[in-house]
Amino acid sequence: MQKIEKLLQKRAAELLAEGTVERVLAWHAGEFFYDNAPAAVSSADECDKLVYNEFCPANLCKYLIETSHAGKKTAVFLKPCDTYGVNQLLKDNRIKRELVYAIGTPCSGMLDIKKIKAAGAKGIISVSVDGDEVVVNTAYGEKRLAKADVLLNKCLMCKGAAYKIADEELAEPLPVPQFTGDKFAKVKEIEAMSAEERFAFWQSELSKCIRCNACRDICPACSCEQCIFDKPDTPVAGKAYADEVEEQMYHIIRAFHVAGRCTGCGECARVCPQGIHLELLNMKFMKDINSFFGQYQAGADSETPAPQVSFKQNDPEANSAVEGREQHV
Amino acid sequence: MYKIAKDNLPKLYVALQNIGTLLLPCKNKSGHADFAPYREDAEIALDAPLTNRSAKDVFFPQVENLLTFKTSGKELALEQNVPPVGVTIVMGVRACDARSFKILDKVFLKAPVDTYYKTRREQCVLIGLGCSAPEETCFCHAFGIDAGAPETDVQTWLAGEELCWQAVTANGEELTAKLVDGGVLVEAAADAAAAVSEQQEHTQKILSVLPLHDFKVNDELTKDELKVFHSKIWEQLAAGCLSCCTCTYVCPTCHCYDIRDYQETEERTQRYRCWDSCMAKDFTLMAHGSPRKTKVERFRQRYMHKLVYFPENNEGEYACVGCGRCLQKCPVQLNIVKVAKALEKAEVKQDV
Repeated sequence: MQKIEKLLQKRAAELLAEGTVERVLAWHAGEFFYDNAPAAVSSADECDKLVYNEFCPANLCKYLIETSHAGKKTAVFLKPCDTYGVNQLLKDNRIKRELVYAIGTPCSGMLDIKKIKAAGAKGIISVSVDGDEVVVNTAYGEKRLAKADVLLNKCLMCKGAAYKIADEELAEPLPVPQFTGDKFAKVKEIEAMSAEERFAFWQSELSKCIRCNACRDICPACSCEQCIFDKPDTPVAGKAYADEVEEQMYHIIRAFHVAGRCTGCGECARVCPQGIHLELLNMKFMKDINSFFGQYQAGADSETPAPQVSFKQNDPEANSAVEGREQHV
Repeated sequence: MYKIAKDNLPKLYVALQNIGTLLLPCKNKSGHADFAPYREDAEIALDAPLTNRSAKDVFFPQVENLLTFKTSGKELALEQNVPPVGVTIVMGVRACDARSFKILDKVFLKAPVDTYYKTRREQCVLIGLGCSAPEETCFCHAFGIDAGAPETDVQTWLAGEELCWQAVTANGEELTAKLVDGGVLVEAAADAAAAVSEQQEHTQKILSVLPLHDFKVNDELTKDELKVFHSKIWEQLAAGCLSCCTCTYVCPTCHCYDIRDYQETEERTQRYRCWDSCMAKDFTLMAHGSPRKTKVERFRQRYMHKLVYFPENNEGEYACVGCGRCLQKCPVQLNIVKVAKALEKAEVKQDV
């Protein structure tokens, strides 16, 4: 990906220098080798500090709301999975197409430093990728790990190398992680639980929540100007959760609100400081939408209306959808 | 110095549980260590380098009811909710978190004293645990904290096959005496002290080669508050911030709160206090609106508070203990180290 980093720096500088865009959204280095952070640059001579490697997980599309508001034409580097979020923001009329310059950026999967550490790597100095293996250079010598074992969870559900929106592509696509299992396997496992077991599962997951709202704030589908949970005078104000019920309601309401708009980017679960499996709530909705209304992928384009906001004569009736769930599953 | 074999730790936990409510690092369902009440079936993670969150919740819970109003016709009854009485023992407190409680004391125990905090704090015995495996995100040494010697009532170290135990304060002595009388702790030979010193030295050695070993907040930042406040760097730094509350909620020294009323029923209203975050749009919201309308202003507030305002009012003490949780948890990898370095570069060394 080092070659891509050079291309990214060059292209960002060109676009700013020639005045095609006023701002570029990409990534820059953090304190360590693995904590690259979102970066916004507005001058060509800042572009040499931009980075791109296997530690650039952040989806940058949410920042487009801010740049669109400011009326600034912005170039944004997008990994294939990130492009779905841009389409969804366009569909939701949250950003202006003419203010976005989308650059498809090849990705072969992002790595999870927590998994690398959990695999027993101590004193890590750097990490590089060698085919299907990850080479971890540590103070105690070299350690090789299977790449599939240390990919971010969201990359295990990779939607492929295709960009769903791109004004240009930075380089030839890279081979993406291949996932052969059933992506709804965990959802099915939870569906198969008894009501009591399921309640206990979610109670245990959601009671870890500290209401930091990181899941909401990173979510490209959570794009309201003012979130209901931020309104200080409502009894559902985020800071005020009086008991665990309110805590659980927050996540369930949020999942309902993004149903049909959630692209399955997995950023909510990635950023959760408490490690809650938030993606499972959204995936349950995706699975149900697929079974009730036919296959649907939010963000695959910026036009097709979501099944819940369009009507077809063969749509299941509200009650039959619930009663007939078994047949649909 | 006293000791107990690692294999006998459950005996110690039970003995402590009989003295008060015992909280210690346990693995939650995500596999993260967090302070939780001791249970026989809990997966105890005393050796976890750092808990997900600090134990500040013990003294300053995320939400607590202060008052209940009950109305009946024209009658109004007030009921104060006071923290329960009883000893709490927090075990496995790391040196960074131990210092954070002293910082919180400066806020809550200064007049007007926060009686809720004070009650909980005074009922608590802290058992610290010396660090033996600091991580790359650790920088407690930047604030003069000794990772191998937590400022707690009792200091402990997991060394070899034993937990070494040293009482420090009067409260610590009292607790130790009970455990010695009960035969839980036994006197340690001189080699235990040597093992502890060796571990402390080893920890310092690791810290000295970690990436943040030479990080320090530049004292010059507190010398010209307005210059730092008006720095052009804030806009650049805040650009990536999502305005979530993760940094403030996982921070052991963040202590802002809000007090609000929640009407449960026609007859019953709770006045509660909850953690607040300067990252939130409605932080310090007043009748005329918010005093900090933009993300940049709110972002600046957090770091000005930690790096400038707090030390100005507290003999130079920064409101940071170098635990590294913001480095680990920020969704977009913004953190106090990045901010302090950028400010130093822009406003002290003037090489933007």
